[in-house]
Amino acid sequence: MSTKPLPAVAYLKIPDEGDPYLEGHRCDACGAIFLDARRVCAKCGARDRMHATRLSNTGTLYSWSIVYRSFPGVEVPYISAVVDLDDGATVKGNLINVEPDPANIAFDMPVEVTYGDALGRRDRDGNAYLSYFFQPRTG
Amino acid sequence: MTDAYIVGVDMIKFGRFPEKSVPQLGAEAALLALDDCGLTIQDMQALYCGNLGQASAMVGQRILQQIGQTGIPVVNCANACATGATAFREAWASVKAELYDLVLAVGVEQMGRGLLGGGAGRSGIPREGLLGSGTMPSVFAEAGMEHSRKHGTTFEQFAKVSVKNHHHATMNPKAMYQIETPLETVMNSEMISYPNTKLMCSVNVDGSAAAVIASERKARELGLMDRAVKVRASVLTSDPWQERDLVMPDVNTCTRTAAAAAYEMAGAGPDDIDLVELHDCFATAEILHYENLGLCADGEAGRLIDEGEVELGGRIPVNVSGGLLSKGHPLGATGIANIYEVSTHLRGEAGKRQVEGARLGMTHVIGLGSACGIHILERVA
Ligand SMILES: [Zn+2]
Repeated sequence: MSTKPLPAVAYLKIPDEGDPYLEGHRCDACGAIFLDARRVCAKCGARDRMHATRLSNTGTLYSWSIVYRSFPGVEVPYISAVVDLDDGATVKGNLINVEPDPANIAFDMPVEVTYGDALGRRDRDGNAYLSYFFQPRTG
Repeated sequence: MTDAYIVGVDMIKFGRFPEKSVPQLGAEAALLALDDCGLTIQDMQALYCGNLGQASAMVGQRILQQIGQTGIPVVNCANACATGATAFREAWASVKAELYDLVLAVGVEQMGRGLLGGGAGRSGIPREGLLGSGTMPSVFAEAGMEHSRKHGTTFEQFAKVSVKNHHHATMNPKAMYQIETPLETVMNSEMISYPNTKLMCSVNVDGSAAAVIASERKARELGLMDRAVKVRASVLTSDPWQERDLVMPDVNTCTRTAAAAAYEMAGAGPDDIDLVELHDCFATAEILHYENLGLCADGEAGRLIDEGEVELGGRIPVNVSGGLLSKGHPLGATGIANIYEVSTHLRGEAGKRQVEGARLGMTHVIGLGSACGIHILERVA
Protein backbone atom coordinates (compact mmCIF):
# COMPACT_ATOMS: atom_id res chain seq x y z
CA MET A 1 0.00 0.00 0.00
CA SER A 2 1.29 3.41 -0.99
CA THR A 3 1.87 5.90 1.82
CA LYS A 4 1.16 8.80 -0.52
CA PRO A 5 -2.25 9.10 -2.24
CA LEU A 6 -2.26 7.93 -5.85
CA PRO A 7 -3.61 10.13 -8.68
CA ALA A 8 -7.25 9.37 -9.57
CA VAL A 9 -6.42 9.86 -13.27
CA ALA A 10 -3.16 9.70 -15.19
CA TYR A 11 -3.32 13.39 -16.15
CA LEU A 12 -3.24 14.44 -12.48
CA LYS A 13 0.39 14.81 -11.45
CA ILE A 14 1.59 14.73 -7.85
CA PRO A 15 5.19 16.00 -7.71
CA ASP A 16 7.44 15.16 -4.76
CA GLU A 17 7.88 18.87 -4.20
CA GLY A 18 5.13 21.42 -4.80
CA ASP A 19 1.42 21.33 -5.55
CA PRO A 20 -0.45 18.79 -7.63
CA TYR A 21 -1.47 19.88 -11.12
CA LEU A 22 -3.21 18.68 -14.26
CA GLU A 23 -1.04 17.81 -17.21
CA GLY A 24 -1.94 18.02 -20.89
CA HIS A 25 -0.11 17.25 -24.09
CA ARG A 26 0.03 20.03 -26.64
CA CYS A 27 0.67 19.59 -30.36
CA ASP A 28 3.43 21.94 -31.51
CA ALA A 29 2.07 21.84 -35.04
CA CYS A 30 -1.52 22.94 -34.41
CA GLY A 31 -1.86 23.73 -30.70
CA ALA A 32 -4.49 21.08 -29.90
CA ILE A 33 -4.35 19.84 -26.31
CA PHE A 34 -4.96 16.24 -25.23
CA LEU A 35 -5.22 14.76 -21.76
CA ASP A 36 -3.39 11.57 -22.72
CA ALA A 37 0.19 11.12 -23.87
CA ARG A 38 0.22 10.21 -27.54
CA ARG A 39 2.44 10.12 -30.58
CA VAL A 40 0.09 11.44 -33.26
CA CYS A 41 -2.16 14.48 -33.08
CA ALA A 42 -5.82 13.57 -33.67
CA LYS A 43 -6.54 17.04 -34.97
CA CYS A 44 -3.81 17.53 -37.58
CA GLY A 45 -2.08 14.14 -37.82
CA ALA A 46 1.39 15.50 -36.97
CA ARG A 47 3.72 12.85 -35.54
CA ASP A 48 6.08 13.26 -32.59
CA ARG A 49 5.18 16.91 -32.05
CA MET A 50 3.58 16.51 -28.62
CA HIS A 51 4.99 17.97 -25.47
CA ALA A 52 3.71 17.74 -21.91
CA THR A 53 2.34 20.98 -20.51
CA ARG A 54 1.09 22.02 -17.11
CA LEU A 55 -2.58 23.01 -17.45
CA SER A 56 -4.06 26.15 -15.97
CA ASN A 57 -5.77 25.93 -12.59
CA THR A 58 -8.42 28.44 -13.63
CA GLY A 59 -11.16 28.37 -16.22
CA THR A 60 -14.83 28.94 -16.93
CA LEU A 61 -17.90 26.71 -16.85
CA TYR A 62 -18.83 25.63 -20.38
CA SER A 63 -21.68 23.17 -19.72
CA TRP A 64 -23.12 21.20 -16.82
CA SER A 65 -25.78 18.86 -15.51
CA ILE A 66 -27.10 18.17 -12.03
CA VAL A 67 -26.96 14.43 -11.49
CA TYR A 68 -29.75 13.02 -9.32
CA ARG A 69 -29.62 9.36 -10.33
CA SER A 70 -26.37 7.46 -10.38
CA PHE A 71 -24.93 4.10 -9.48
CA PRO A 72 -25.22 2.61 -5.98
CA GLY A 73 -22.81 4.26 -3.58
CA VAL A 74 -22.50 7.51 -5.53
CA GLU A 75 -23.73 10.44 -3.47
CA VAL A 76 -26.33 12.58 -5.29
CA PRO A 77 -27.18 15.23 -6.22
CA TYR A 78 -23.97 16.65 -7.55
CA ILE A 79 -22.96 18.91 -10.40
CA SER A 80 -21.16 17.37 -13.37
CA ALA A 81 -19.22 20.19 -15.01
CA VAL A 82 -17.44 20.71 -18.32
CA VAL A 83 -14.80 23.40 -17.78
CA ASP A 84 -12.73 25.26 -20.35
CA LEU A 85 -9.38 25.91 -18.71
CA ASP A 86 -7.71 29.22 -19.51
CA ASP A 87 -5.02 27.63 -21.65
CA GLY A 88 -7.48 25.95 -24.03
CA ALA A 89 -7.88 22.49 -22.54
CA THR A 90 -11.34 21.21 -21.58
CA VAL A 91 -11.69 19.03 -18.50
CA LYS A 92 -14.66 17.39 -16.81
CA GLY A 93 -15.24 17.02 -13.09
CA ASN A 94 -17.50 17.72 -10.13
CA LEU A 95 -18.33 21.35 -9.37
CA ILE A 96 -18.28 21.65 -5.58
CA ASN A 97 -19.10 24.33 -3.05
CA VAL A 98 -22.18 25.29 -5.08
CA GLU A 99 -25.68 24.23 -3.99
CA PRO A 100 -26.88 21.91 -6.82
CA ASP A 101 -29.72 24.08 -8.07
CA PRO A 102 -29.95 25.47 -11.63
CA ALA A 103 -30.48 28.95 -10.17
CA ASN A 104 -26.97 28.87 -8.70
CA ILE A 105 -25.16 27.80 -11.84
CA ALA A 106 -24.23 30.21 -14.63
CA PHE A 107 -22.56 29.53 -17.96
CA ASP A 108 -19.05 30.99 -18.07
CA MET A 109 -18.86 31.36 -14.30
CA PRO A 110 -15.19 31.56 -13.27
CA VAL A 111 -13.96 28.39 -11.57
CA GLU A 112 -10.69 27.10 -10.22
CA VAL A 113 -9.26 23.63 -9.90
CA THR A 114 -8.88 22.36 -6.36
CA TYR A 115 -7.32 19.09 -5.22
CA GLY A 116 -8.47 16.74 -2.49
CA ASP A 117 -9.13 13.19 -1.40
CA ALA A 118 -11.15 11.15 -3.93
CA LEU A 119 -14.33 11.16 -1.81
CA GLY A 120 -12.95 8.41 0.41
CA ARG A 121 -12.75 5.92 -2.45
CA ARG A 122 -10.09 3.24 -2.04
CA ASP A 123 -8.88 0.56 -4.41
CA ARG A 124 -8.74 -3.15 -3.61
CA ASP A 125 -5.36 -2.74 -1.92
CA GLY A 126 -6.66 0.03 0.32
CA ASN A 127 -4.78 2.84 -1.43
CA ALA A 128 -6.12 6.36 -1.06
CA TYR A 129 -6.44 8.60 -4.12
CA LEU A 130 -6.08 12.27 -4.83
CA SER A 131 -8.58 13.80 -7.24
CA TYR A 132 -9.41 17.24 -8.58
CA PHE A 133 -12.58 19.28 -8.34
CA PHE A 134 -13.86 22.63 -9.58
CA GLN A 135 -15.12 25.37 -7.31
CA PRO A 136 -16.26 28.93 -7.90
CA ARG A 137 -13.29 31.29 -8.17
CA THR A 138 -13.05 33.80 -5.40
CA GLY A 139 -11.70 37.30 -5.84
CA MET B 1 -24.77 1.21 -60.29
CA THR B 2 -28.26 -0.11 -59.75
CA ASP B 3 -30.75 1.59 -57.48
CA ALA B 4 -31.60 -0.28 -54.29
CA TYR B 5 -35.12 -0.73 -52.95
CA ILE B 6 -36.61 -1.84 -49.68
CA VAL B 7 -39.14 -4.46 -50.70
CA GLY B 8 -39.92 -5.97 -47.31
CA VAL B 9 -39.63 -4.33 -43.90
CA ASP B 10 -41.12 -4.85 -40.44
CA MET B 11 -40.43 -4.80 -36.71
CA ILE B 12 -41.77 -6.61 -33.69
CA LYS B 13 -43.71 -4.68 -31.07
CA PHE B 14 -41.05 -3.43 -28.70
CA GLY B 15 -41.27 -4.70 -25.11
CA ARG B 16 -39.48 -6.79 -22.52
CA PHE B 17 -38.96 -10.42 -23.46
CA PRO B 18 -36.55 -11.97 -20.95
CA GLU B 19 -37.83 -15.45 -21.86
CA LYS B 20 -36.55 -15.11 -25.43
CA SER B 21 -33.01 -15.24 -26.77
CA VAL B 22 -31.42 -12.56 -28.95
CA PRO B 23 -31.45 -14.82 -32.05
CA GLN B 24 -35.12 -15.66 -31.41
CA LEU B 25 -36.00 -11.97 -31.29
CA GLY B 26 -34.00 -11.31 -34.45
CA ALA B 27 -35.64 -14.27 -36.19
CA GLU B 28 -39.10 -12.86 -35.50
CA ALA B 29 -38.35 -9.60 -37.32
CA ALA B 30 -36.56 -11.44 -40.13
CA LEU B 31 -39.60 -13.62 -40.78
CA LEU B 32 -41.94 -10.60 -40.63
CA ALA B 33 -39.83 -8.74 -43.21
CA LEU B 34 -39.68 -11.80 -45.48
CA ASP B 35 -43.45 -12.25 -45.18
CA ASP B 36 -43.92 -8.55 -45.97
CA CYS B 37 -42.59 -9.20 -49.49
CA GLY B 38 -43.64 -12.85 -49.81
CA LEU B 39 -40.08 -14.16 -49.99
CA THR B 40 -38.21 -16.79 -47.99
CA ILE B 41 -34.75 -17.11 -46.52
CA GLN B 42 -33.91 -19.32 -49.52
CA ASP B 43 -34.25 -16.21 -51.69
CA MET B 44 -31.71 -14.20 -49.66
CA GLN B 45 -28.11 -14.01 -50.86
CA ALA B 46 -26.56 -12.48 -47.74
CA LEU B 47 -27.46 -11.45 -44.19
CA TYR B 48 -26.24 -8.28 -42.48
CA CYS B 49 -26.93 -8.42 -38.76
CA GLY B 50 -26.63 -5.61 -36.22
CA ASN B 51 -26.41 -6.31 -32.49
CA LEU B 52 -24.44 -4.71 -29.70
CA GLY B 53 -24.91 -6.77 -26.54
CA GLN B 54 -23.61 -10.01 -28.06
CA ALA B 55 -21.30 -8.44 -30.63
CA SER B 56 -18.80 -11.28 -30.44
CA ALA B 57 -21.34 -14.10 -30.43
CA MET B 58 -22.31 -14.58 -34.10
CA VAL B 59 -25.89 -13.41 -33.72
CA GLY B 60 -26.53 -13.41 -37.48
CA GLN B 61 -25.58 -17.07 -37.86
CA ARG B 62 -27.71 -17.94 -34.83
CA ILE B 63 -30.66 -16.15 -36.45
CA LEU B 64 -30.18 -18.36 -39.50
CA GLN B 65 -30.23 -21.39 -37.19
CA GLN B 66 -33.74 -20.20 -36.25
CA ILE B 67 -35.05 -19.46 -39.76
CA GLY B 68 -32.99 -21.54 -42.21
CA GLN B 69 -29.27 -22.31 -42.49
CA THR B 70 -28.82 -21.75 -46.19
CA GLY B 71 -25.07 -21.16 -46.07
CA ILE B 72 -25.20 -17.55 -47.22
CA PRO B 73 -22.52 -15.05 -46.12
CA VAL B 74 -23.28 -13.37 -42.80
CA VAL B 75 -21.78 -10.09 -41.60
CA ASN B 76 -22.22 -9.22 -37.92
CA CYS B 77 -21.69 -5.60 -37.01
CA ALA B 78 -21.66 -3.35 -33.97
CA ASN B 79 -21.54 0.46 -34.10
CA ALA B 80 -23.10 1.68 -30.83
CA CYS B 81 -26.59 3.11 -31.39
CA ALA B 82 -25.89 3.31 -35.13
CA THR B 83 -25.57 -0.50 -35.26
CA GLY B 84 -28.88 -1.18 -37.03
CA ALA B 85 -28.34 1.61 -39.55
CA THR B 86 -24.84 0.30 -40.22
CA ALA B 87 -26.12 -3.24 -40.90
CA PHE B 88 -28.76 -1.81 -43.22
CA ARG B 89 -26.18 0.35 -44.99
CA GLU B 90 -23.80 -2.58 -45.50
CA ALA B 91 -26.70 -4.54 -47.01
CA TRP B 92 -27.58 -1.57 -49.22
CA ALA B 93 -23.96 -1.16 -50.33
CA SER B 94 -23.75 -4.81 -51.39
CA VAL B 95 -26.77 -4.34 -53.65
CA LYS B 96 -25.52 -1.00 -54.99
CA ALA B 97 -22.21 -2.68 -55.82
CA GLU B 98 -24.15 -5.43 -57.60
CA LEU B 99 -22.52 -8.08 -55.45
CA TYR B 100 -26.01 -9.40 -54.63
CA ASP B 101 -29.49 -8.47 -55.74
CA LEU B 102 -31.54 -9.64 -52.75
CA VAL B 103 -30.28 -9.34 -49.17
CA LEU B 104 -31.60 -9.26 -45.63
CA ALA B 105 -30.67 -6.79 -42.88
CA VAL B 106 -31.65 -7.47 -39.26
CA GLY B 107 -31.16 -5.36 -36.14
CA VAL B 108 -31.83 -6.85 -32.72
CA GLU B 109 -31.20 -6.05 -29.07
CA GLN B 110 -32.09 -7.38 -25.65
CA MET B 111 -31.57 -4.69 -23.03
CA GLY B 112 -30.96 -4.63 -19.33
CA ARG B 113 -32.69 -1.97 -17.29
CA GLY B 114 -31.20 1.10 -15.68
CA LEU B 115 -28.45 3.57 -16.47
CA LEU B 116 -26.14 3.14 -19.44
CA GLY B 117 -22.62 4.51 -19.58
CA GLY B 118 -20.41 5.78 -16.80
CA GLY B 119 -18.60 2.50 -16.20
CA ALA B 120 -15.49 2.11 -14.09
CA GLY B 121 -12.31 3.67 -15.43
CA ARG B 122 -8.98 1.96 -15.82
CA SER B 123 -7.58 3.36 -12.60
CA GLY B 124 -8.10 1.66 -9.30
CA ILE B 125 -11.25 3.49 -8.21
CA PRO B 126 -14.60 4.15 -9.89
CA ARG B 127 -14.79 7.62 -11.44
CA GLU B 128 -18.53 8.10 -11.70
CA GLY B 129 -19.56 10.95 -9.42
CA LEU B 130 -15.93 11.78 -8.76
CA LEU B 131 -14.95 13.33 -12.09
CA GLY B 132 -18.41 14.41 -13.17
CA SER B 133 -20.80 11.93 -14.74
CA GLY B 134 -20.43 9.62 -17.71
CA THR B 135 -23.97 8.24 -17.65
CA MET B 136 -25.89 8.70 -20.87
CA PRO B 137 -28.56 10.94 -19.29
CA SER B 138 -25.78 13.24 -18.00
CA VAL B 139 -23.80 13.27 -21.24
CA PHE B 140 -26.91 14.27 -23.17
CA ALA B 141 -27.94 16.73 -20.46
CA GLU B 142 -24.61 18.48 -20.92
CA ALA B 143 -25.07 18.43 -24.70
CA GLY B 144 -28.51 20.01 -24.20
CA MET B 145 -27.14 22.63 -21.83
CA GLU B 146 -24.60 23.55 -24.50
CA HIS B 147 -27.60 24.40 -26.68
CA SER B 148 -29.06 26.39 -23.79
CA ARG B 149 -25.91 28.43 -23.45
CA LYS B 150 -25.94 29.25 -27.16
CA HIS B 151 -29.64 29.80 -27.69
CA GLY B 152 -31.38 30.07 -24.32
CA THR B 153 -33.27 26.79 -24.71
CA THR B 154 -35.33 26.07 -21.60
CA PHE B 155 -36.10 22.98 -19.50
CA GLU B 156 -39.73 23.38 -20.60
CA GLN B 157 -38.82 23.33 -24.29
CA PHE B 158 -36.78 20.16 -23.83
CA ALA B 159 -39.69 18.62 -21.92
CA LYS B 160 -42.14 19.43 -24.74
CA VAL B 161 -40.23 17.00 -26.98
CA SER B 162 -41.20 14.19 -24.66
CA VAL B 163 -44.85 15.31 -24.52
CA LYS B 164 -44.96 15.23 -28.32
CA ASN B 165 -43.28 11.87 -28.79
CA HIS B 166 -45.37 10.16 -26.12
CA HIS B 167 -48.46 11.58 -27.81
CA HIS B 168 -47.34 10.21 -31.16
CA ALA B 169 -46.78 6.77 -29.62
CA THR B 170 -50.44 6.53 -28.60
CA MET B 171 -51.09 6.00 -32.32
CA ASN B 172 -48.38 3.36 -32.77
CA PRO B 173 -49.41 -0.16 -31.70
CA LYS B 174 -45.78 -1.32 -31.96
CA ALA B 175 -44.51 1.26 -29.46
CA MET B 176 -43.56 0.15 -25.95
CA TYR B 177 -45.83 2.75 -24.33
CA GLN B 178 -49.12 4.24 -25.50
CA ILE B 179 -49.70 6.84 -22.82
CA GLU B 180 -50.16 10.60 -22.94
CA THR B 181 -47.70 12.49 -20.75
CA PRO B 182 -48.76 16.13 -20.25
CA LEU B 183 -46.07 18.77 -19.77
CA GLU B 184 -46.43 18.89 -15.97
CA THR B 185 -46.10 15.11 -15.81
CA VAL B 186 -42.91 15.16 -17.85
CA MET B 187 -41.38 18.05 -15.91
CA ASN B 188 -42.35 16.60 -12.53
CA SER B 189 -41.25 13.04 -13.16
CA GLU B 190 -38.09 11.94 -11.37
CA MET B 191 -35.13 14.14 -12.26
CA ILE B 192 -32.33 11.91 -13.55
CA SER B 193 -29.74 14.40 -14.86
CA TYR B 194 -30.99 17.97 -15.13
CA PRO B 195 -32.61 18.88 -17.45
CA ASN B 196 -33.52 15.27 -18.37
CA THR B 197 -36.28 13.78 -16.22
CA LYS B 198 -37.12 10.10 -16.34
CA LEU B 199 -39.79 10.68 -19.00
CA MET B 200 -37.18 12.50 -21.10
CA CYS B 201 -34.93 9.42 -21.27
CA SER B 202 -35.39 6.74 -23.92
CA VAL B 203 -36.94 3.49 -22.79
CA ASN B 204 -34.69 0.43 -22.53
CA VAL B 205 -36.61 -2.29 -24.35
CA ASP B 206 -36.03 -5.50 -26.26
CA GLY B 207 -36.75 -5.34 -29.94
CA SER B 208 -35.89 -6.25 -33.48
CA ALA B 209 -36.50 -4.96 -36.99
CA ALA B 210 -35.56 -6.23 -40.42
CA ALA B 211 -35.52 -5.19 -44.05
CA VAL B 212 -35.22 -6.98 -47.39
CA ILE B 213 -33.30 -4.93 -49.96
CA ALA B 214 -33.46 -5.66 -53.70
CA SER B 215 -31.80 -4.32 -56.81
CA GLU B 216 -34.12 -2.55 -59.24
CA ARG B 217 -34.00 -5.44 -61.70
CA LYS B 218 -34.83 -7.99 -59.02
CA ALA B 219 -37.63 -5.91 -57.53
CA ARG B 220 -39.24 -5.55 -60.95
CA GLU B 221 -38.73 -9.21 -61.83
CA LEU B 222 -40.47 -10.24 -58.59
CA GLY B 223 -43.30 -7.75 -59.12
CA LEU B 224 -42.51 -5.98 -55.87
CA MET B 225 -42.36 -2.36 -57.06
CA ASP B 226 -45.86 -1.44 -55.88
CA ARG B 227 -44.88 -1.22 -52.23
CA ALA B 228 -41.16 -0.70 -52.79
CA VAL B 229 -39.30 2.15 -51.11
CA LYS B 230 -36.30 3.60 -52.89
CA VAL B 231 -33.14 4.26 -50.90
CA ARG B 232 -32.18 7.71 -52.15
CA ALA B 233 -29.29 8.24 -49.75
CA SER B 234 -27.28 6.20 -47.27
CA VAL B 235 -24.56 7.95 -45.30
CA LEU B 236 -22.36 6.98 -42.37
CA THR B 237 -19.93 9.36 -40.66
CA SER B 238 -17.64 9.36 -37.66
CA ASP B 239 -16.84 12.35 -35.51
CA PRO B 240 -14.14 14.70 -36.73
CA TRP B 241 -11.81 16.19 -34.10
CA GLN B 242 -13.43 18.77 -31.83
CA GLU B 243 -11.80 20.78 -29.09
CA ARG B 244 -13.96 19.34 -26.29
CA ASP B 245 -13.89 15.76 -27.62
CA LEU B 246 -12.10 14.29 -24.65
CA VAL B 247 -14.78 15.12 -22.14
CA MET B 248 -17.83 15.91 -24.22
CA PRO B 249 -18.86 13.54 -27.01
CA ASP B 250 -19.85 15.61 -30.03
CA VAL B 251 -23.15 14.43 -31.50
CA ASN B 252 -23.58 17.53 -33.61
CA THR B 253 -20.75 17.68 -36.12
CA CYS B 254 -21.03 14.12 -37.40
CA THR B 255 -24.80 14.59 -37.78
CA ARG B 256 -24.26 17.79 -39.75
CA THR B 257 -21.69 16.24 -42.07
CA ALA B 258 -23.92 13.18 -42.56
CA ALA B 259 -26.99 15.32 -43.28
CA ALA B 260 -25.12 17.44 -45.83
CA ALA B 261 -23.84 14.33 -47.59
CA ALA B 262 -27.28 12.68 -47.53
CA TYR B 263 -29.04 15.71 -49.00
CA GLU B 264 -26.43 15.87 -51.74
CA MET B 265 -26.70 12.16 -52.51
CA ALA B 266 -30.50 12.40 -52.66
CA GLY B 267 -30.45 15.60 -54.69
CA ALA B 268 -32.88 17.03 -52.16
CA GLY B 269 -32.96 19.54 -49.34
CA PRO B 270 -34.60 19.75 -45.92
CA ASP B 271 -37.68 21.42 -47.44
CA ASP B 272 -38.31 18.33 -49.55
CA ILE B 273 -38.49 16.00 -46.54
CA ASP B 274 -42.00 15.06 -45.37
CA LEU B 275 -41.14 13.28 -42.12
CA VAL B 276 -38.10 12.54 -39.98
CA GLU B 277 -37.31 9.79 -37.50
CA LEU B 278 -34.34 11.14 -35.57
CA HIS B 279 -32.29 9.91 -32.63
CA ASP B 280 -34.20 11.16 -29.57
CA CYS B 281 -32.25 9.04 -27.08
CA PHE B 282 -32.95 11.91 -24.70
CA ALA B 283 -35.34 14.84 -25.10
CA THR B 284 -32.37 17.21 -25.12
CA ALA B 285 -30.88 15.40 -28.11
CA GLU B 286 -33.94 15.86 -30.32
CA ILE B 287 -33.70 19.65 -29.99
CA LEU B 288 -30.07 19.60 -31.19
CA HIS B 289 -30.90 17.50 -34.22
CA TYR B 290 -33.63 19.83 -35.57
CA GLU B 291 -30.79 22.20 -36.35
CA ASN B 292 -28.19 19.54 -37.14
CA LEU B 293 -30.47 18.06 -39.81
CA GLY B 294 -31.33 21.46 -41.23
CA LEU B 295 -35.03 21.28 -40.29
CA CYS B 296 -34.64 24.86 -39.06
CA ALA B 297 -31.92 27.49 -38.82
CA ASP B 298 -29.49 27.43 -35.90
CA GLY B 299 -31.15 28.83 -32.80
CA GLU B 300 -34.69 28.08 -33.96
CA ALA B 301 -35.15 24.61 -32.46
CA GLY B 302 -36.94 25.98 -29.40
CA ARG B 303 -39.40 27.82 -31.60
CA LEU B 304 -39.95 24.68 -33.69
CA ILE B 305 -41.14 22.69 -30.68
CA ASP B 306 -43.06 25.65 -29.18
CA GLU B 307 -45.03 26.21 -32.38
CA GLY B 308 -45.82 22.57 -33.06
CA GLU B 309 -44.04 22.43 -36.41
CA VAL B 310 -42.58 19.03 -35.56
CA GLU B 311 -45.89 17.44 -34.48
CA LEU B 312 -47.98 15.16 -36.66
CA GLY B 313 -49.88 17.62 -38.87
CA GLY B 314 -47.14 20.24 -38.54
CA ARG B 315 -44.71 21.49 -41.16
CA ILE B 316 -42.17 18.71 -40.62
CA PRO B 317 -43.38 15.90 -38.31
CA VAL B 318 -40.57 14.38 -36.26
CA ASN B 319 -40.71 10.97 -34.57
CA VAL B 320 -44.35 10.20 -35.30
CA SER B 321 -43.53 6.62 -34.24
CA GLY B 322 -43.15 7.85 -30.68
CA GLY B 323 -39.40 7.90 -31.03
CA LEU B 324 -36.91 6.30 -28.74
CA LEU B 325 -38.58 8.14 -25.85
CA SER B 326 -41.82 6.18 -26.10
CA LYS B 327 -41.54 3.54 -28.82
CA GLY B 328 -38.37 2.40 -27.07
CA HIS B 329 -34.68 2.08 -27.87
CA PRO B 330 -33.32 -1.45 -28.39
CA LEU B 331 -29.88 -0.18 -29.45
CA GLY B 332 -29.04 -2.52 -32.34
CA ALA B 333 -32.61 -2.57 -33.68
CA THR B 334 -33.30 1.16 -33.59
CA GLY B 335 -31.65 2.04 -36.91
CA ILE B 336 -33.83 -0.43 -38.84
CA ALA B 337 -36.98 0.25 -36.81
CA ASN B 338 -36.69 3.89 -37.93
CA ILE B 339 -36.44 2.72 -41.52
CA TYR B 340 -39.56 0.60 -41.00
CA GLU B 341 -41.41 3.63 -39.66
CA VAL B 342 -40.54 5.95 -42.53
CA SER B 343 -41.18 3.20 -45.12
CA THR B 344 -44.60 2.56 -43.62
CA HIS B 345 -45.56 6.22 -44.11
CA LEU B 346 -44.20 6.26 -47.65
CA ARG B 347 -46.37 3.22 -48.37
CA GLY B 348 -49.38 5.01 -46.87
CA GLU B 349 -49.85 2.23 -44.34
CA ALA B 350 -49.25 4.06 -41.05
CA GLY B 351 -52.89 4.22 -39.95
CA LYS B 352 -53.82 6.91 -37.44
CA ARG B 353 -50.33 8.42 -37.37
CA GLN B 354 -49.99 8.56 -41.18
CA VAL B 355 -48.19 11.64 -42.47
CA GLU B 356 -50.51 12.43 -45.37
CA GLY B 357 -48.94 12.36 -48.83
CA ALA B 358 -45.47 11.52 -47.55
CA ARG B 359 -43.10 11.14 -50.48
CA LEU B 360 -39.64 11.59 -48.99
CA GLY B 361 -38.54 10.70 -45.45
CA MET B 362 -35.34 10.73 -43.41
CA THR B 363 -33.98 8.46 -40.69
CA HIS B 364 -31.14 9.43 -38.36
CA VAL B 365 -29.30 7.56 -35.62
CA ILE B 366 -26.21 8.38 -33.67
CA GLY B 367 -23.99 6.13 -31.64
CA LEU B 368 -21.68 7.76 -29.13
CA GLY B 369 -18.10 7.30 -29.91
CA SER B 370 -19.29 8.40 -32.50
CA ALA B 371 -21.13 7.08 -35.54
CA CYS B 372 -23.95 8.81 -37.39
CA GLY B 373 -26.15 7.02 -39.91
CA ILE B 374 -28.66 8.82 -42.14
CA HIS B 375 -30.96 7.41 -44.78
CA ILE B 376 -33.30 9.24 -47.13
CA LEU B 377 -36.12 7.10 -48.46
CA GLU B 378 -38.59 7.74 -51.28
CA ARG B 379 -42.02 6.46 -52.17
CA VAL B 380 -42.00 4.72 -55.54
CA ALA B 381 -45.59 3.97 -56.49
ZN1 LIG C 1 -1.85 18.92 -34.19
